Amino acid sequence: MVKVTVDMDKCQHYGQCCFEAEDVFALDESGKLVYSKEADESRRADIESAADVCPMQAITVE
Amino acid sequence: MRRVVIVGAGLGGLRAAESLRSAGYTDSIAIVGDEVYLPYNRPPLSKEALAGGIDFEGLEFRRKASVDDVEWLLGTPVAGCDLSLRTVTLCDGATLEFDGLVVATGIRPRRLPIPGPTGGRYALRTATDALAVREHLKPGATVIIMGAGFIGCEVAATAIKLGCTVHVVALDEEPMVRPLGLELGAAMRRRHEAQGVRFHLGHTIVAFSGDDDVRSATLSDGTELKADLVIEAVGSVANTEWLRGNDLDLSDGLLTDSAMQVPTTLAPVVAVGDLARHPNGLFGHVPRRIEHWNMPTETARRAGPTLAALLRGEEPDRSPFLGLPAFWSDQYDTKLQSFGMPGIADNAEVTSGSVDEACIIEYFDASGLVGVVGVDRTTELAPYRKALLARHEQGR
Repeated sequence: MVKVTVDMDKCQHYGQCCFEAEDVFALDESGKLVYSKEADESRRADIESAADVCPMQAITVE
Repeated sequence: MRRVVIVGAGLGGLRAAESLRSAGYTDSIAIVGDEVYLPYNRPPLSKEALAGGIDFEGLEFRRKASVDDVEWLLGTPVAGCDLSLRTVTLCDGATLEFDGLVVATGIRPRRLPIPGPTGGRYALRTATDALAVREHLKPGATVIIMGAGFIGCEVAATAIKLGCTVHVVALDEEPMVRPLGLELGAAMRRRHEAQGVRFHLGHTIVAFSGDDDVRSATLSDGTELKADLVIEAVGSVANTEWLRGNDLDLSDGLLTDSAMQVPTTLAPVVAVGDLARHPNGLFGHVPRRIEHWNMPTETARRAGPTLAALLRGEEPDRSPFLGLPAFWSDQYDTKLQSFGMPGIADNAEVTSGSVDEACIIEYFDASGLVGVVGVDRTTELAPYRKALLARHEQGR
């Protein structure tokens, strides 16, 4: 399993991560980021891409 | 054992190393940087980090395990290179041999030759710059910001929040007019003015006065402004001087093809990030330098596989590069977010909301939609992003 953590103090809800792994990250109706804390190993590359493109560098992938 | 030398230890250099690894390159990588820091995130330097809310240690990029074995040569500016000998020379006299070269030296702030004292004049590009500026941004201080682009405007917002008196002096008609256009630029000016920023647009600074440190500035219309410090955000210069003498096109940054390969027969060379003038298949294949935060990552994703292929003696993928430029900016409680290239548009249309509140603005040229900017409308931009990415399939 891939463990995903977003530092919500850093996150500015830009939503860039959603474009890389839309099954893991999403903006809710009020524009706040929601995400899955665990994902299947097969999703690792896209989740790492999501962490790369985060302008606030708020995403940790383990 | 082959060796790739990456010159530039910013975001582009780091992402290029990671991209080489994921493209199957397993031999040695050395990354040379003029700053003493490992790659770190620069956008907070004009915002949270300048306001004191973030420790600089917290800005360091996480590095993928695949680059754990990279050799870092930090605090060692590059002096030159000889592509025919395949060597890079450092300012400390060392020479590095390479089989493949990644150019990732980025840009530096443009500095203007203005008569008067030089003390108290700062640019803002590095963590060291931000530390120096932060010390002077005290409540009650008067700050003159030269330039009304994103960095100038973000610093203005930060300085106002810290209790400074803020003047912005710029030749432009409106702040951020090139990327945003006149209508949204004017609306952003009104937001800043409502917070107390004073704009002096259409003017330049012709002289500074003071002893060692700047105490006042004279504008082109004769206005005198008191100043405790001056922050210069008047554009950038590509760091390409070290590449001279190798018959490369350095007319604006470093020219590459769509694979990020630098056209030369002397050695395998790729370029990434702010200095790479690359053609984009989404925007008519015109080579452009794009100084947006996402471009080092986008160009490195392409440059890594290109260099890995060249080092294997294979032909790299030269299909059009389709990285979509994107930018973000936070000023007060306003969030700007953009996709595409609004800066090349001929006209702009507010299609939802009003520029003085939340809105979406679409930007067009003869080929159709070239960009979109959302003001506090992040959640509604996805369809525009998709439409911009589809430009290539539509043959624009």
